[in-house]
Amino acid sequence: MNTFSTFDIAGSALSAQSLRLNLTASNLANMHDVTGDPAGVYRARHAVFRASGQPFSQALAGVDVLGVVESTTPPTERYDPGNPQANAEGMVYAPSVNAMEEMANMISAQRSYQSNLEVINTAKQLLMRTLMLGQG
Amino acid sequence: MESILGIHEAALLYRARRMDVLAANLANADTPKYQARDLDFSTALDGAFAAATRLTTTDPRHLALDASSRTDALKYRVPHQPSLDGNTVEADLESARYAENAISYQASLLFAGNRISTLRAALTGGR
Repeated sequence: MNTFSTFDIAGSALSAQSLRLNLTASNLANMHDVTGDPAGVYRARHAVFRASGQPFSQALAGVDVLGVVESTTPPTERYDPGNPQANAEGMVYAPSVNAMEEMANMISAQRSYQSNLEVINTAKQLLMRTLMLGQG
Repeated sequence: MESILGIHEAALLYRARRMDVLAANLANADTPKYQARDLDFSTALDGAFAAATRLTTTDPRHLALDASSRTDALKYRVPHQPSLDGNTVEADLESARYAENAISYQASLLFAGNRISTLRAALTGGR
């Protein structure tokens, strides 16, 4: 048993949640990027989490980010001939980023980040007290 | 010979391990299909007593029956409100248990510390 595995476990969650927060920021920032080519339009990105280590093993698992997947929702088409990005037909394509979904994701990531930080702080305090054992 | 810290040593190890288990649950609060786990106290207590009353082996071919050979106390949690993605972590309950476990850890630490002060008092004659 590793005394400091709490830090590894909660630390992996912190990095996973901050990646999720970064992806939300990226999705919201690129929400209004329009382009004349439907293939080149920005697609919303989301992280896929997985418990690290073997499934159903006795070992305790942190979080791994299995990968980042791009949304398969087709881009929204809009007629805007005045836009310099518009194609020959005067159409522009905007990414189908759902702002509501992204905000909910952001709050969830923030809450999880906070609770993992709390775990680390408590574990740190307990270990510091353990180091002082017998000195009182 | 009984260890100086008595049962508190085993209690501290149990609390430290439970801290890891609960931290793993909280870390995986957003992982699909993750099954929350927890340590069963009575199984761990039985294990600690079994370790304290170890069977004597008089022959090298005898099987050593130590605490690690017992079934682990790690059990899967039954969720109150299971979620659609198959995750059974209830983050608020887990953090409440984590806080409770931290208090119990501090209690064990205090008891262990008191044992040490008692021994020190005996050694120095209370001076």
